[in-house]
Amino acid sequence: MPTELLERIARDPHYLELTRKRSRLAWTLTAIMLAVYYGFILLIAFAPDVLRQRVGDGATTLGFPLGIGVILTAILLTGIYVWKANGEYDRLTARIHEKVGGQP
Amino acid sequence: MSLRKLLAASAAAIVLPAHAAGALEGAVTKSEINPIAIAMFLAFVGLTLFITKWAAGRTKSRADFYAAGGGITGFQNGLAIAGDYMSAASFLGISALVFGSGFDGLIYSIGFLVGWPIIMFLIAERLRNLGKFTFVDVAAYRLKQTPIRTLAASSTLVVVAFYLIAQMVGAGQLIKLLFGLDYATAVVIVGVLMVVYVTFGGMLATTWVQIIKAVLLLGGASFIAFMVMRHVGFSFDRMFTQAISVHSKAEAIMGPGALVKDPISAISLGLALMFGTAGLPHILMRFFTVKDAKEARKSVFYATGFIGYFYILTFIIGFGAIILVGSNSIYLDEKGGLLGGNNMAAVHLAHAVGGEVMLGFISAVAFATILAVVAGLTLSGAAAVSHDLYANVFARGKVDDQKELKVSRMATLALGVVAILLGIVFEKQNVAFMVGLAFAVAASTNFPILILSMFWKGLTTRGAVVGGGLGLATAVTLTVLGPAVWVKVFGYETPIFPYDAPGLFSMTVAFLGCWLFSITDSSAQASREAALFEGQLVRSQTGIGASGASSH
Repeated sequence: MPTELLERIARDPHYLELTRKRSRLAWTLTAIMLAVYYGFILLIAFAPDVLRQRVGDGATTLGFPLGIGVILTAILLTGIYVWKANGEYDRLTARIHEKVGGQP
Repeated sequence: MSLRKLLAASAAAIVLPAHAAGALEGAVTKSEINPIAIAMFLAFVGLTLFITKWAAGRTKSRADFYAAGGGITGFQNGLAIAGDYMSAASFLGISALVFGSGFDGLIYSIGFLVGWPIIMFLIAERLRNLGKFTFVDVAAYRLKQTPIRTLAASSTLVVVAFYLIAQMVGAGQLIKLLFGLDYATAVVIVGVLMVVYVTFGGMLATTWVQIIKAVLLLGGASFIAFMVMRHVGFSFDRMFTQAISVHSKAEAIMGPGALVKDPISAISLGLALMFGTAGLPHILMRFFTVKDAKEARKSVFYATGFIGYFYILTFIIGFGAIILVGSNSIYLDEKGGLLGGNNMAAVHLAHAVGGEVMLGFISAVAFATILAVVAGLTLSGAAAVSHDLYANVFARGKVDDQKELKVSRMATLALGVVAILLGIVFEKQNVAFMVGLAFAVAASTNFPILILSMFWKGLTTRGAVVGGGLGLATAVTLTVLGPAVWVKVFGYETPIFPYDAPGLFSMTVAFLGCWLFSITDSSAQASREAALFEGQLVRSQTGIGASGASSH
């Protein structure tokens, strides 16, 4: 990439908005995922009895809905990222592309 | 509750899959020839060979060979990635864990899944925007080609070799058990088919083999899980109640148990698995088969969805096996254990809910699964030889398309021969450590170089080569000196290095090495490399200048 073009993109307000928003979302979601996962692990380590507690009067224990919840959270978070990135962020990216005439 | 237990628990989540992935150990008896399984497997082979023929007509350039011309959609690639990840061993291994200890099995599958969102948030799109055919393209983007490519291609080959041996040995054992075929015959069949898929059909055929297998596996597992749920009247609560009443551990299957050894090896293996996934060359290569970052992101989303769904199924299957297999004497040996070992839980359950036909189907799917995984591995190994070593190191980037394509096909053939020979040589060996080692090397060489080259301006060629090299050497050395090889393979009394998994140590060494040898690098080359970072960053963020889909 020629230096002049590079500097133009790096100063472009859309580029700055894109990178700021996207990295904030990416790190936030990373933090949520780690918190949810390690929260679950901490329960296993420190309070296994909480997980063994029965839900209602059946045989189901709290551990199972929570565990399945972690799996669903992982899917949900990646979904949120794709939704934001493929919508809003790609529109910003497209604007940058238009301005510099780069190949999409 | 002690810290020890905490740490053990935190890594428990990811410990077993490594072993489960190497799977099918120990003495395996040859079973009766199973005609339904063989017929279904032949149908699968027929279909995939037909697809390979179709793909061969479309595999004309190296972009076709390595990346299916960049023309795979996000949905297809997501299925194919899920196919790569849902190995036969993880299907049989995780349901076996649930069968054996209930809740603990769920903890393991969760640990296996949570690496994927991280790949999505931090790696997928930057990788797609910067690379062309292999992750090494990205690592070498602003660093010196020859040393970086040589190191990264070597570590790719190490990862591929160990993973491949583990799969080949697992394949031989499993097929002997399920189909009643001779071990060596099974290994040769797997080796020949994988070479045919890859040599003629390249990435396009490999992707479709992977997709078909993923659909069959998800379909078969969904059916079994559905039958289990029907049996319990679609009530999880009734499923748990019945399982508790027949399982030898009774109530204990409903909460966290204790399947973990010492905390250090647990953390160590956990690190290697989580970040190893993000450094596996055959997984990373899949991101170049889609046309742009948008499709790359979709791939990860679909893959995470399919893998998560699959783990929920394996959990239902494990509980179903407790109810329908564990209490049925036709599936048990005289000591009350499962015929063929706990790894057969899902296979027996298939028989219990769907008779001989379902048993044959699941056996055929297990075989197909192994084929698909080894094909993907072979392709990434071949790309390391032809694209990274031959074209970019040996020929210094001056090589024409057709010549490189020819080299990649020769490399595939050579890898196939080596895989068959090693598969036969290692038949009686304990190969459980090999998958763990593959993950450790991926986490200690590929992952640090890749992530630092994308996120840290200060990384220099010297830092990457020294750090990555130290990571590779540490991972291999500590594995050899550890209990898995020193004691179980060489037969010494006590290991020199006490832990099974070297990841914690080798990753630390790698990152420290990269950092130290980069910040002390004051060469002109180093400042040139730092100057290139801005351009790399802009391209990784916007895709401007990224290589698009190849035109036909």
